[in-house]
Amino acid sequence: MDSPLTDALVGTRRFFTRGSVSEDRRTLSLEGGRSGDSFYRDRWSHDKVVRSTHGVNCTGSCSWKVYVKDGIITWEAQQTDYPSTGADRPEYEPRGCPRGAAFSWYTYSPTRVRYPYVRGVLLDLYREARAKFGDPVVAWASIVQDEEKAKAYKSSRGKGGLVRATWDEAVEMIAAAHVYTIKRWGPDRIAGFSPIPAMSQVSFVSGARFNELIGAPMLSFYDWYADLPNASPQMWGDQTDVPESGDWWDAAYLIMWGSNVPLTRTPDAHWMTEARYRGQKVVAVAPDYAENVKFADEWVAPVPGTDAALAMGMGHVVLKEFFAERETPFFADYTKRYTDLPHLITLEPVGDEGESGGVLRPGKFLVAGDLPDHPEANSENAMWKPAVLDAVTGEVAIPQGSIGHRYGPEGEGKWNLDLGDIDPLLTLLPADGSAGETAEVELPRFDLGDTVVRERRGVPVRRVGGHLVTTVLDLMLAQYGVGRPGLPGQWPEGYDDPSVPATPAWAESITSVPAAQIARLGREFAQNAVDTEGRGMILMGAGTNHWYHSDQIYRAMLVLTTITGCQGRNGGGWAHYVGQEKVRPLMGFQHMAFALDWVRPPRHMNQTAYWYVNSSQYRYDTFTTDDVGAGTGAFEGRATMDVLAQSVRLGWTPSYPQFNRSSLALADEAAEAGVDVKDHVVSQLKSGDLKFAVEDPEAEENWPRVLTLWRSNLFGSSAKGNEYFLKHLLGTTNAARAKEAGPEHRPRDVAWPDQIPEGKLDLLMTIDFRMTSSTLLSDVVLPAATWYEKHDINTTDMHPFIHSFNPAISPPWQSKTDWDAWKAIAKRFSELAEDHLGTRTDVVAKPLWHDTPEAMATVHGVVKDWKTGEVEPIPGKTMPVLAVVERDYTQIHAKMTSIGPLLEKVGMVTKGVPYEPTAFVEQLGAVNGRVHGGPTDGRPKLETDIHVAEAILHLSGTTNGHLATQGFKALEKRTGTELHDLSAEHEGKLIRFADTQAAPVPVITSPEWSGSESGGRRYSPFTINIERLKPFHTLTGRQQFYVDHDWLLRMGEALPIYRPPLDMTRLFGEPRIGEQGELGVSVRYLTPHNKWSIHSEYQDNLFMLSLSRGGQSIWMSDIDAAKIGVKDNDWIEAVNRNGVVAARAIVSHRMPEGTVYMHHAQDRLIDVPLTETDGKRGGIHNSLTRIVMKPSHLIGGYAQLSYFFNYIGPTGTNRDEVTTIRKRTAEVTY
Amino acid sequence: MRPMAQMAMVMNLDKCIGCHTCSVTCKQAWTNRAGMEYVWFNNVETRPGLGYPRGYQDQEKWKGGWVRTPSGRLTLRAGGRLSKLLNIFSNPKMPAMSDYYEPWTYDYETLLNAPAQKHFPVARPHSLISGKPINVEWSANWDDDLGGSQQHAAKDPMLKGIEDKVKLEFEQTFMFYLPRICEHCLNPSCAASCPSGAIYKRVEDGIVLVDQDKCRGWRMCVTGCPYKKVYFNHKTGKAEKCTFCYPRVEVGIPTVCAETCVGRLRYIGLMLYDADKVLEAASVEDDHDLYEAQRSVFLDPHDPEVQREAERAGIPGDWIEAAKRSPVNALINTYKVALPLHPEYRTMPMVWYIPPLSPVVDVLQETGNDAEDADNLFGAIDTLRIPVEYLANLFTAGDTAPVDGVLRKLAAMRSYMRDINLGRDPNPDIPARVGMGEEEMYDMFRLLAIAKYDERY
Repeated sequence: MDSPLTDALVGTRRFFTRGSVSEDRRTLSLEGGRSGDSFYRDRWSHDKVVRSTHGVNCTGSCSWKVYVKDGIITWEAQQTDYPSTGADRPEYEPRGCPRGAAFSWYTYSPTRVRYPYVRGVLLDLYREARAKFGDPVVAWASIVQDEEKAKAYKSSRGKGGLVRATWDEAVEMIAAAHVYTIKRWGPDRIAGFSPIPAMSQVSFVSGARFNELIGAPMLSFYDWYADLPNASPQMWGDQTDVPESGDWWDAAYLIMWGSNVPLTRTPDAHWMTEARYRGQKVVAVAPDYAENVKFADEWVAPVPGTDAALAMGMGHVVLKEFFAERETPFFADYTKRYTDLPHLITLEPVGDEGESGGVLRPGKFLVAGDLPDHPEANSENAMWKPAVLDAVTGEVAIPQGSIGHRYGPEGEGKWNLDLGDIDPLLTLLPADGSAGETAEVELPRFDLGDTVVRERRGVPVRRVGGHLVTTVLDLMLAQYGVGRPGLPGQWPEGYDDPSVPATPAWAESITSVPAAQIARLGREFAQNAVDTEGRGMILMGAGTNHWYHSDQIYRAMLVLTTITGCQGRNGGGWAHYVGQEKVRPLMGFQHMAFALDWVRPPRHMNQTAYWYVNSSQYRYDTFTTDDVGAGTGAFEGRATMDVLAQSVRLGWTPSYPQFNRSSLALADEAAEAGVDVKDHVVSQLKSGDLKFAVEDPEAEENWPRVLTLWRSNLFGSSAKGNEYFLKHLLGTTNAARAKEAGPEHRPRDVAWPDQIPEGKLDLLMTIDFRMTSSTLLSDVVLPAATWYEKHDINTTDMHPFIHSFNPAISPPWQSKTDWDAWKAIAKRFSELAEDHLGTRTDVVAKPLWHDTPEAMATVHGVVKDWKTGEVEPIPGKTMPVLAVVERDYTQIHAKMTSIGPLLEKVGMVTKGVPYEPTAFVEQLGAVNGRVHGGPTDGRPKLETDIHVAEAILHLSGTTNGHLATQGFKALEKRTGTELHDLSAEHEGKLIRFADTQAAPVPVITSPEWSGSESGGRRYSPFTINIERLKPFHTLTGRQQFYVDHDWLLRMGEALPIYRPPLDMTRLFGEPRIGEQGELGVSVRYLTPHNKWSIHSEYQDNLFMLSLSRGGQSIWMSDIDAAKIGVKDNDWIEAVNRNGVVAARAIVSHRMPEGTVYMHHAQDRLIDVPLTETDGKRGGIHNSLTRIVMKPSHLIGGYAQLSYFFNYIGPTGTNRDEVTTIRKRTAEVTY
Repeated sequence: MRPMAQMAMVMNLDKCIGCHTCSVTCKQAWTNRAGMEYVWFNNVETRPGLGYPRGYQDQEKWKGGWVRTPSGRLTLRAGGRLSKLLNIFSNPKMPAMSDYYEPWTYDYETLLNAPAQKHFPVARPHSLISGKPINVEWSANWDDDLGGSQQHAAKDPMLKGIEDKVKLEFEQTFMFYLPRICEHCLNPSCAASCPSGAIYKRVEDGIVLVDQDKCRGWRMCVTGCPYKKVYFNHKTGKAEKCTFCYPRVEVGIPTVCAETCVGRLRYIGLMLYDADKVLEAASVEDDHDLYEAQRSVFLDPHDPEVQREAERAGIPGDWIEAAKRSPVNALINTYKVALPLHPEYRTMPMVWYIPPLSPVVDVLQETGNDAEDADNLFGAIDTLRIPVEYLANLFTAGDTAPVDGVLRKLAAMRSYMRDINLGRDPNPDIPARVGMGEEEMYDMFRLLAIAKYDERY
């Protein structure tokens, strides 16, 4: 050791200590007698460990151990008891992330909502009115009808002044507001919002069930979050279905494209890092050096928003090398059978001269009904049976499996993908090397500036029954600029020719990714698919999906996975990972949540349109729909509001508030007049005496009046155009700076009063366990139990298990579970309804639904409007379905807490498959017990949260093998193929709540989903379609690259195409990206997910804040920062017309120049100062965004383009936005 | 031979996703209490970056660990123990609170209690030390993901000497994560620094602990530890450190950080070593020899003689069995893919790391070759985004050869497995080129990729 003297000194220690000093005097060892260690043993000791999880908006669905000591929750750690995935692959343990690991902080945190709170101004007014009038409903009316009083409490929203109330008082106010609103305005002036149910299904059910029972719409979330990939309904007729993360292991080639796996799929990321060791090639596509880039073999860094161009460049190479230059048998066989590539498309002349004018554009699918001489011309649904050319006979053939075979008696047993003797021609180009007959078609491109440019390229054609036709593949090759000998038109010279889409050089000019890399990636992906029979996968996420033109971005990417035969394979296909959470026990959940056991149909509303209208954002649209159409002329100078109003009146998309009169009043009028309610509504609409509310949204009778939030922080998170919400919906302080649209930009079919109202909403109520922007703004806040204080169930699509929440402690202070809170509201509501509502008749207008024959309303997707007299208004055909229902408002609580009789009487339907659940309703009567006495006498109980969980589990195929088998057998009748063997191994299995308490339980293969898990295989979507020839829910029954609806054709989007991000300079007058002015530098403003929160949750958690920057921050590149003199951690402000954000800069060279990231939903509660710009509290990330709707997402009534809740609809896009970043110079004040 | 048993850990940095779950679960279980607010027994650093506490690896500044005197003896860098005793009342060289970070909280209750006012209420940060409002300027993980890189990553002590190879520019960006706990060294300089004899190694498993009864708060250990993994509890006035979760390990469950690691990158296992050889190994002259020197201290649990000696030394039979099955032993000694962190500190650390491989074929992006081809992979290692020199500064005192060897093995494994994955005949040349057999390579693949719960611990 260091010196002899030290040796001696240290050596003496041997004589004074119990331990042993090593011979070399180096170290001290100790055995026994360690009383000094007891501290840590005490710290570790605990009384019990309880299984639970987190019900936030997160796909993790991780099972956790919650430790409890002396009745106090101490901490949590991951469970490791997931059932095994098999001997030769990794396991799911230990799922979790730092956010989840920090959750218990909330239990006792100072931000915990412990008691009911009411806005003080309002509570004073209410107490006064209650004392005066006695009746709570009259008291509520006296406040909201008094302009001054209403303004007093509305204008103080969000600005402190919440005071404690009792549960009784708070619940009474909520109930009174509901009763009053139904009575005065109608039930659809109330709305409920609770996001993504999968991760706490019972909690979602609680308020949803109440709202649907009273006739209030539930607002959607998937489209609203911009997470819904409209490309999925467009291509597959499927909301979204994706592989579990365990299936990444099966992929031999994995592209992470706009999906930052370690950050947003933390518990799943290991599958990717581990699959690399199996020789999987990994590519990361990200504009910044994102966390996942670290794991990639290659980093591809395109300019943000240009992903479609990148995908098309890769697609060009695949189409050229694997389709045009040679036939690849694996791809040809797959695309013939499972895609629309061989389907015939008519070419239609442009202009008045007809075909002689020489200009043709791609038109409609040729269908049996278009061919008078064809044997199937007069078959059932002949206009819904698309055609192909048979290579053997040279004749037109009608393959089975289209939507025309899906409905009606003739199609029974024929709705399948069996081609029989048909060998469809993929291309009409003769095999002998000649070009045969050709025609030039006009194809659009949007990459050359503000408007569309059309180029002509040739396709081989045939004449069939008077129609000039080609195939989808031939059109796609033309669209992608893949030339073949003998075809006329503009074609690129080679890969290095950037002048024509979609060569690699063209893609490079847009994306900045090297052409050689693009070509190689395309080639590699395709060759890998050939070598592995389709084991190539693309994980795609928010980075590519949150754009205005995300459907086109996705379609271009899905071309890659689909023409290469990767869809419907384990280890292959798309893996859309943003907001896609899967309610595995879908059927039971839907029937309980939407009270389908008591009343049908439900009111479901697409939330994007709801807020576009009701936060008056449309009033600030300084562009027309034609601007967005880039000069395609699709919408002739109409505004988005016009297009929305048309979509609503044609029954394509839902809209609530529904009419400009109460739906209850309409029924009363009809009864009084002695006419049928539906006839009354139709005639009133036709005469113009009745309007859709969306046609005059600023009129007071059309405002939303009551909004309830639970499991949700709308105003701190998803509210795009946040400042417009504050202004018009809530009537409080805001930072909106935009100017209203001038006359040239206004809608022509929608009323435009001079004044926009402020404070439309009478009641904002939130149930939460912590303070958020939404609770701050709420009039009433109810204290919720946390995720560790209740029973519930949880699923995701990232893994195949269902598992449970369990209370580690009882809800502390005065908090209640969501279920108990809503029960309390329902109880008081039902009491107040005795005097004010009683039983009423309600007329529900509902859009034409997907997976029903209503989807065959629009032949050939040709738009005809009853308003202009093109057709008659016929409910369920040319306008919304009208349904008349009875609502006994005095029995809402009784119905909410018992299972209704419709399940036995009418059965259940999910995705078009019928089920007969009587035996299981019976069984639930035994399991949950039955109601004794009253109007629901004898019905199975739904008293407790466990009762609800049991009902969901009993009534879903994924958790009840009997029902799965029953559903498959029902489906077999339609498909004529064997399916029920898929669930045979589990037919006798019924997962009970207690099973989910013991350990996560694997679910059962069911027709509710498209993939098979039989034999314990990993879930991958569409494997049943591919392996069992079950059609996709599309027009052709195949995966569709081509969509021929009028609107899409006119917009130039029949096929996948690159469309640049919206030009915010042209549309809204924002500075151009890169422009530097006095105020700062203009940049692309992106809001990706945050490492330190799950949406708005956890961003206020002290652990997360201590591991990050401690408050709102914006990542920017060192180059941009230098331009405006900003250093790391300097205060900056981000400003645009929509609002102002105050944050600190995180300056880093991993960020590309010209782009900033403000991580999503940091909320405004933590260390946000008053801004330099306007002296108000700085905004949230969505203070800088606003809603911009894409018209094509409003299409309905046409095959796969038909409405269902969260299935299709306008998305609240938020990636096209720009902002100016400036350095703060003024002192920081709060 | 004097066999002793040591609990040890290997972390595979090639799998670390930088999520910090380990930090949070550890914090919640162990240091979520007064006096320890700023303490993270487990932390995760983005590299290049400063780490926690800032720049702790700069031993010129912090004087941690051991140095070898010209005469070949080991002495504490902070001064020999005699001088420590003589200067016991002077301030030791140790990080200030600001070098860790000043812990804070917020006046969260404002959000609920704010009276009616003009603006939306907001919760402001307050120091947990002084209770006063503070301006947050540093945190437990401030430079996460290269945040503030020009100001912070640029000062990373590990960049010293390779400045010409590392440019902090967008196109050249690289980063990886380094999770850290106490190294539970075979030659702990914290223990040697302690004037009170409060820090000791447990005889049976080598876990290094501070006896809370004996600690007198001299804080010499804070200085002595070159990893800065001993902390001062400013409430109790005593030193505290990672305990390798002994209350859990003793009952057969892994440490919190390991069990909760969602990247599944932590392995725990028993190592047998010859206590008589530790000093000699820690004293070898050339820093580059320290990695192999430490490996030479380990005993092969499969060796019958070692087993006999171990038994004689009182190590129970099931412990010897555990040492045979130890994944840590396999990674350190069988496959030789794990390396020690900073062997040049001469503390003989026992938490080892597999260096990160990726992104690997990025540099070949324009060659048009199959990126998974073995030749391309090997060629790419020399031009990795993460410079081999940087990794060598962390794991092998700057010697690139061992790091390069590990990276080649990982690359070869991927290439070898790709053939199997694609249903082709595996190519035995690939493992042979990195000195491995096919079965050995396959076994290594299973341990690195599949690694079920009971195979990791």
